[in-house]
Amino acid sequence: MEPVSVREAYGKALLELGMDNQDIVVLDADLSRSTMTRFFAREFPERFFECGIAEQNMIGIAAGMAASGKIPFASTFAVFVPGRCFDQVRMSIAQPGLNVKLVTTHGGISVGEDGTSHQSIEDLSLICSLPGFSVIVPADATETTEAVKAAAATLGPFYIRLCRPKLPLVYGEDYQFKLGKAVMMKQGGDATIIAIGLMVRAALEAAIELEREGIYCRVLNMSTLKPIDEAAIVQAAAETGAIVTAEEHLEHGGLGSLVAQVVAKNRPVPMEFIAIKDTYAKSGKPSELLERYGLTEGDIERGVKSAIKRKR
Amino acid sequence: MGGSKSTSATSAEAEVFSLSASVAQMEATAKKLRRHIVTMVGKAGSGHPGGSLSAVEIVTALYYKIMRHKPLDPQWPDRDRFVLSKGHAAPLLYAVLAECGYFPVEELLTLRQMDSRLQGHTDRTITPGVEMSAGSLGQGLSFALGVALAGRIDGQDYRTYVLLGDGECNEGQVWEAAMATAHYGVDNLTAIVDNNGQQIDGWNCDVMGLDPFAGKWQSFGWKVIEVDGHSLPQLINAFKEAPKVKGQPTVIIAHTIKGKGVSYMENNPDFHGKAPNAIEMEIALKELE
Repeated sequence: MEPVSVREAYGKALLELGMDNQDIVVLDADLSRSTMTRFFAREFPERFFECGIAEQNMIGIAAGMAASGKIPFASTFAVFVPGRCFDQVRMSIAQPGLNVKLVTTHGGISVGEDGTSHQSIEDLSLICSLPGFSVIVPADATETTEAVKAAAATLGPFYIRLCRPKLPLVYGEDYQFKLGKAVMMKQGGDATIIAIGLMVRAALEAAIELEREGIYCRVLNMSTLKPIDEAAIVQAAAETGAIVTAEEHLEHGGLGSLVAQVVAKNRPVPMEFIAIKDTYAKSGKPSELLERYGLTEGDIERGVKSAIKRKR
Repeated sequence: MGGSKSTSATSAEAEVFSLSASVAQMEATAKKLRRHIVTMVGKAGSGHPGGSLSAVEIVTALYYKIMRHKPLDPQWPDRDRFVLSKGHAAPLLYAVLAECGYFPVEELLTLRQMDSRLQGHTDRTITPGVEMSAGSLGQGLSFALGVALAGRIDGQDYRTYVLLGDGECNEGQVWEAAMATAHYGVDNLTAIVDNNGQQIDGWNCDVMGLDPFAGKWQSFGWKVIEVDGHSLPQLINAFKEAPKVKGQPTVIIAHTIKGKGVSYMENNPDFHGKAPNAIEMEIALKELE
C-alpha cells in the first residue's frame, strides 16, 4: 500500500474545517510549507497569521484569540512546541484551559537527517505534564483527519503530534476516531502491544510475525495519550498478562510511563518499553535511525518475548 | 473552561459603567485604591505593593474615564479589554475592579488566602473582570494582540489595553510581540508601560538597561506617547489620542514612581515584593488620608 502524508491530511482537514466554521483561525511560525497550514493560508488569508520565527509570541496570540471566541490552530515542529515555549503553553493556555489546538509536525526521530536539534523526543512528556491538555498521536493519515476534526469540535486545549514521513494507512475511510478510547487493532491473549504514531504499524507487523511462532498478541492503538484509556489497559493486563509499549519518544514520561502507571496501580504485570533510551539521536535516514535506536518490529518482538517470559 | 465565569446579570440588565467622574473625583479614587493596596497586601502579609502603587493613576483613568465596561457583566462581548501583563500588580487590579463593583470591596481582604478568588497573581478562571492569567512576565502583549486581532477579524469595535512593566521588557517575548503588532498594523490596541524605573534587583539601568526605551518602541514601528504617569489629565489625553493613530499600534510610556504615595516605599526596590508590617501599614495609611 502507498504511504500517505499525515501532514497533508492535517492541511486538508484544516481547509475543510475553515470552510465550515468561521471561528477557525490558523497560526504558524514560518513553517507553513512543512506543517501544511499553507493550504488554509491560501484559501483564508484573513484568518491565517504568520507569526514568523517567534513561537512564544505565537502561543500568546493563539491564547488571546481563544479567549475571544476563536478556535486557533497553531503549528510548528514538535521540537519547538511545547519545548521552546513551555511556560507560554503552561500559563497562557493550560492554566486558563483555553481552547487552543497545537498541532505539531516532524515529531520523533523519523524527521531524520536534520539531526538532534530537530528531533523531538521529549514533547509528549512535557505536554502530558500539563493539567487539562488532551494529547493525540495519530497512527496514519485517516486518523489524523479524524483527530483534527475531534479537536476542533471539543472545547479545551489539544496537542496533536504528527511525524514527517508518509505512513501506510492502518485505517479505512470508515474509521471513527473516539477521543480517549484505545483502538483494538488485533485480538490476542498472550501479550498486548500498546503503540502510538508510526509504531502502530510496526506493532501490527510484529504481531503477525509472532503469530508464526505461536504467540498471539493483542495490539492497541493508544492514539489518545491523554486522557489515557485506563479501562483498555487494565483489561489488556488482566486478559493477556504482559504489556509492551512502543513509541517514538524517550522512555521516560511518554506512553510507556503513562501505561506503567495505570498497570502498577490496577493490575501489575510484566512490561517492556520500546522507546529511545535516555539519549539523543543523530542524523541519518529515518529507517536507519529507527533501527539504531531500537524502534523496529524486531525490537517489539524481542520485547514481547521478554515480557512473556516474566509472566507468573 | 476559560471563557466561562459566573455573572450576576445579563448583558441587557447590567449597566455600562459611568465615565463621568471629574479629575478631582478620580484623584480621590486613586487615593482609595492606594489605601486598598496597602491594606490588602499588609493583611495578606505578602504581595507586591511597589509596582501596584506606581500604576494607580493608569488604571484609574482607564476604568473611570476611558474603557467601556459593565462590572456586573464582565464577559460583555462589547467591552474594552484590559490585560494586566505585569501580573504581580494583581492587588491594583483587584482594588479597581472592586471599587467599580465587579465584586465586593470586603473581598479584597481575602487576597492570597486559601480559597480566595483573589490569587497572588491574576487568574482569569476565577476572578470577575480578570482577562488574563498572568504572573509569568512577558506574555501579556502577545495575549492582548490575539484579543485585538480576534476583534478585528469579527469587525468588533472594542479596544484592547495592555499594561506592561518596564522591567518586564527584559523579556524577549515582549519584543516578538511588539514586532508582530506593528507587522499586522494593529491599531485597536494601546500598550502602556508603567515605567517606574525599578525591578526586583534594583534600578533598571543597573539590572538590564532599556535605553533608549522610547526609541526601541519607535524602531519596532510603534507610535510612542510619553506622559507623567501620575497625572490623570495627561494620561486621559494620551488614551484619547491613541485611537486616532491608524495603521500602527501605540504605546504610552508612563513615567512613574515605584511605591508612589507611601514615602518609605517610593523608589525603594525593597517594596517590590514585600508587605508592610503593622507599624509600616499605619504610617502608610496615615500618609494616604
